Amino acid sequence: MSIITRNLSKILVQATQNVTTRSLHSSVPALAATSGISERPDTRIRCTLIPGDGVGPELVYSVQEVFKSAGVPVDFEAYFFSEVNPTLSAPLEDVAKSISKNRVCLKGILATPDYSHTGELQTLNMKLRNTLDLYANVVHVKSLPGVKSRHEDIDCVIIREQTEGEYSALEHEGVKGVVECLKIVTAKKSQRIAKFAFDYATKNNRKKVTAVHKANIMKLGDGLFLKSCEEMAKLYPKIEFERMIVDNCTMQMVSKPQQFDVMVTPNLYGNIVDNLASGLVGGAGVVAGASYSANCGARHTYSEAVGKNVANPTAMMLCSAKLLRHVNLPLYGDMIRNAVDQVLKDGKVRTKDIGGQSSTQEFTYAVIHNLKMPGAHK
Amino acid sequence: MFRLTKSGVSGICKNRLFWKKPSRRESSLSDFEIQQRTEKIIKYTPPPMALYGGRHAVTLIPGGGVGPECLGYVREVFKVIGAPVDFEVVEVGPLVDNVDLSDALTSIRRNCVGIKGHIPTHSDDVSAKLKNVAFRNDLDLYVYVLCFKSYAGVRARQKDVDIVIVRQNLEGEYSMLEHGVDTWMVENLKIHTRTNSLRVARFAFDYARKNKRKRVTTVHKANIMKLVDGLFLSVNKEVAKEYPEIEHDDMIIDNCCMQLVARPQQFDVLLTPNLYGNVVTGVVCGVIGGAGLYSGRNYGEHYAVFEPAIRSGASPIAGKNIANPVAMLNASVDLLFHLGHREYAKRIERAIVKTLVEDKIHTADLGGTATSQDVVRNVIDLCLA
Repeated sequence: MSIITRNLSKILVQATQNVTTRSLHSSVPALAATSGISERPDTRIRCTLIPGDGVGPELVYSVQEVFKSAGVPVDFEAYFFSEVNPTLSAPLEDVAKSISKNRVCLKGILATPDYSHTGELQTLNMKLRNTLDLYANVVHVKSLPGVKSRHEDIDCVIIREQTEGEYSALEHEGVKGVVECLKIVTAKKSQRIAKFAFDYATKNNRKKVTAVHKANIMKLGDGLFLKSCEEMAKLYPKIEFERMIVDNCTMQMVSKPQQFDVMVTPNLYGNIVDNLASGLVGGAGVVAGASYSANCGARHTYSEAVGKNVANPTAMMLCSAKLLRHVNLPLYGDMIRNAVDQVLKDGKVRTKDIGGQSSTQEFTYAVIHNLKMPGAHK
Repeated sequence: MFRLTKSGVSGICKNRLFWKKPSRRESSLSDFEIQQRTEKIIKYTPPPMALYGGRHAVTLIPGGGVGPECLGYVREVFKVIGAPVDFEVVEVGPLVDNVDLSDALTSIRRNCVGIKGHIPTHSDDVSAKLKNVAFRNDLDLYVYVLCFKSYAGVRARQKDVDIVIVRQNLEGEYSMLEHGVDTWMVENLKIHTRTNSLRVARFAFDYARKNKRKRVTTVHKANIMKLVDGLFLSVNKEVAKEYPEIEHDDMIIDNCCMQLVARPQQFDVLLTPNLYGNVVTGVVCGVIGGAGLYSGRNYGEHYAVFEPAIRSGASPIAGKNIANPVAMLNASVDLLFHLGHREYAKRIERAIVKTLVEDKIHTADLGGTATSQDVVRNVIDLCLA
């Protein structure tokens, strides 16, 4: 019997796909109207949207559906922006202008080819970061309820400098067969990211900041980064500061990740540690990231799985929840976050990457059905 | 003991140098030394501003008396209008220990901006650090700016007043150099320095130019204190020459107080040394509506701290829901202007004016019957309207 109902519901879901928007409206009747949310009812927030490549568009679509059902007062301004498809892509200036005007952006994954066709060394991602000066990348790695992984109770934040270091895009072949890549570290940017990390820790009641470096080998470059962190630590007497060499750090991360709280890293190490940590809590589909400059915040997923209707929208939804917190709509943010948690905890609807059979669409609907006003279920 | 080898001689030389310039830790510096910015401290370069994704981190120090409730209202208003500000709350208790005080100071050093209530120092010990004064000294907040503009319809002795007071915030009588030979004689050193007088004067004239003010009046008592106030006055006159479009005159403090009570409309910008500024502020506040309406701004080279104009905790009315929240709300408006969030600032400012002038929702200190929460609720409603 249960199989029949399950199949039936699947068919129904498939049938509704064509008329999604309409059926959604009827299935979840105007939640916002009854909930009495009074945060800035007069203003709607505009947010730039970059669906990206691969699974990006599907994931973004799920988020849009969830927003619509929850009645979130956010309007999206979508741009097709892609490096693998340069002819269709919107120009960088337009996108950057839109983001700096709206101050927030939700972004899917931008695929980067391994070889440059135009001979240009900077990728589109890097260009976007540099144009907007999105210097700080924050990845919050947290064990999710109901997602099986090797370790439990992981809760660490990895903060990465992403405008300099190895990503300077300064590579050249001076002599045939010898390639030099310049790794640039500046005091100003190191101080800035160190301060960001400590301020993040202060704001979120975190206890410890770990600087990840390789100053034993790169005494000047990483040395400067480390020194900046040490100096900044003096301004934060209540937060513990510790240093760790990157190789040791990766080992510790795999064997005992619970010891970490906030980590601050230069560019490349950050990238590696981010991916490592995402792997620990259930893969790329469930970890959300955010990038900040002084004036804008862009959120993007950490996902790199490309597929059709099997991708996990968890990361994107957690991203959107963070985005809502950032634009002063914390109630909506909590609502979506709780719904995602609930779906994962129930464990009935799971996408393939975390050991289930459900499609992206089914997961999205499950989340929508679990949308509750915070406090309402108590 | 001294061998005349090369290294030995140089060793002695080093020692001598050391004795000439004893290196002292910052904690052992006197208030006066901190005020005067010994070479050691002035070198300090501030960290980058705490601004991430368009959101500012701001230190919030509730202090004592009505401070906590008023700042609570500010946070409520900010939350409702969605001002992109994250507060870092640092409690500073009234007790003698200076641990949480230094916490608060580091916090402002990190964020560069703070908003605070009054912090009383309950101690009979002469050597105890006065916490309110410590903020200005340690953070080098050399100028205190107060804007007094009458609200029409608010019960007051004088109408149409529009005065800006620019007060030197560090030295003068507040140099913290007091001593007594015995009980029959005590001395307080009043100190003016050229550097500090100069930067306050420059600030005042720059402010006047920027805000299209016509006249700057120096308040002093140079007829009696010919050297100390004389220096302040002469520096002001010197600076005034660089600003030909702004009229400059001076007035003796006693006359100034009388004029302020009798005919305050004649004044534009008042430029005062430390103690006179304090007195004059009190007079103006009393004449145009009391302690609960206006806010003040402390500025230094690197930091800014905002607070209600009258630095007093008003402890007797704390927690009774009758304190006037407008002063602190105005301080928060100043804060938003300072951070560059003009739209949000204007929204709150308009709401405050409308609440006081048109809706006439006044707390007891203005002769009304409304509670603090009534005022705040009305401000919030108007902000959203």
